[in-house]
Amino acid sequence: MKGDGLDRWRIFRGTVCILAALYLIAPLVIVVIISFSAASFLQFPPPGLSLRWYQNLFNSPAWTDSLGVSIKILIPSASIATLLGTAAAVAIVRGRIAGASIIGAALMLPILVPGIITAAALFGVYRGLGLNGTLTGLIIGHVVITMPYVVATVSSALKTMDPRLEDAAATLGAPPFAAFRRVTLPLLAPAILSGLLFAAVASFDELIVSLFVSSARVRPVAVQMWSNIRGDMDPTIAAIASLCFAFALLALLAEMILRRRTGVEPT
Amino acid sequence: METDLTRKASNVASAHAIRTDEADAPPALPRRSSAGRMDVRILLLVPALLLLVVAFIGPVGMLLSRAFTHPQIGMQNFVDLWERRGYLQVLWNTITIAAIATPICVLIGFPVAHAMTHGSARLRRWLIFIVLVPFWTSLLVRTFANVILLQRNGPLNAMLVGLGLTAEPLPLLYNITGLLFGAVQVLLPFVIFPLHAAMLRVDPTYMQAALTLGAGPARAFLRVYLPLTMPGLLTGATLVFISTLGYYVTPAMLGGPRQTMIAQLIQDQIAQFGNWGIAGALSLLLLLVSGVMLLLLQLTVGLKTVAR
Repeated sequence: MKGDGLDRWRIFRGTVCILAALYLIAPLVIVVIISFSAASFLQFPPPGLSLRWYQNLFNSPAWTDSLGVSIKILIPSASIATLLGTAAAVAIVRGRIAGASIIGAALMLPILVPGIITAAALFGVYRGLGLNGTLTGLIIGHVVITMPYVVATVSSALKTMDPRLEDAAATLGAPPFAAFRRVTLPLLAPAILSGLLFAAVASFDELIVSLFVSSARVRPVAVQMWSNIRGDMDPTIAAIASLCFAFALLALLAEMILRRRTGVEPT
Repeated sequence: METDLTRKASNVASAHAIRTDEADAPPALPRRSSAGRMDVRILLLVPALLLLVVAFIGPVGMLLSRAFTHPQIGMQNFVDLWERRGYLQVLWNTITIAAIATPICVLIGFPVAHAMTHGSARLRRWLIFIVLVPFWTSLLVRTFANVILLQRNGPLNAMLVGLGLTAEPLPLLYNITGLLFGAVQVLLPFVIFPLHAAMLRVDPTYMQAALTLGAGPARAFLRVYLPLTMPGLLTGATLVFISTLGYYVTPAMLGGPRQTMIAQLIQDQIAQFGNWGIAGALSLLLLLVSGVMLLLLQLTVGLKTVAR
């Protein structure tokens, strides 16, 4: 009796898991397959295979330009977000600061507030400052959006780290900054790197703020994809989508390896 | 004294707090020295806070204030929202879609989170990977993938016709079906990770105790397991609900004109009509509803219990 109920639950659970896995992964697999299609429209299964859409992607200035713009945004914004976010996380977790938990919550606001509100708000302010359609404007927006991820990653790593390690360094005569640089920073490095990685991925994928703030001349990949999807779709968009997917997969694997390094198992 | 299990739970919970939400409050560590004096480390906060105020709180505040000041001072924008049928319809769409997507996510997410917590080590690793992959993949890429999957001559329709489940291809795109298909897919991780974190914290001896004391598995589940995982379930459901409210990409790409949601309306009001007053009023409404939901969650569950 009891065994039957549990078995039935196991079977049900297994079925849901398989269907959910298909539901989550199958669309991505289909996109990758279509990107190698020989057909000139989004047909599945493709009638033949070719690399023409990848060639098309790298030969078309609209796509290569937007890739350049995305990278010009991603590198500074992920670096600044990591620097500011790590500093803030150290202050919140290790500093003895009144209201630290409220400040921590406030720093998470940009990912709690719907993107459309942030985007509309920045667009409104940028109009007066002439920042719409500039790299600077896009970088500022992306730092705001990605910094919370860094704060969350670094502060959760700091919390699982034994504060006595730093205390020990201090007791043994290390000045505060030396203790930070020689003890805290090396232990924190995997978390900081993983925050940097996530910030980079989030910046590359960010659409809504970019949609409002970019212009036809300064247009990141996500916006270029958006206007293509809304217009006439051809498999070029599947090619760029597959590249984005590969980039995300690599970043995720790198992050999992980093997390294993810190001894925090993903399971 | 932290057991291995709870530490693992807290690690996973905090590692996955990444895209879900909450700033977990720092632990009040009993420190020995200089309790009264402010820490110099407060200086480390200055750049981040400065950016937050100048490039986020300020601009958002200005947007919201326009609800009362544009085109003239007063409550006119809210009266307009109330009186025009089109606006109310969009607000109603938004709420219903969120209210439908949330239970679907919970129903699919619960068994998956359960397997992710109690399955074999290999199954757990695979499931975490499978749920994390879409989490890291661009929303745009995933939504585009659904357009291909759901289109009239797409693979899903081919499969349905091939299996004889339907004679004609079904309209799966640019309607409520497409929108829900895409939304649930995107939102599943938001409910799976909090549930997984809550399930990790359930002491397995409780279930054993209930079973040995004569409760059937169903009853043990309903009376012991479900209440213990309820904080995770409520957190996940709230996150799904409020994320759905603010969705822009998914309804714009997979839904039809009858599924227009509030974010699209805000965008239209600004980009097409320059109507900042209505956009501000809609934003304020969206924030208020999300804020109230988070507050309710805080009052019933306490974000902190879930965050660690």
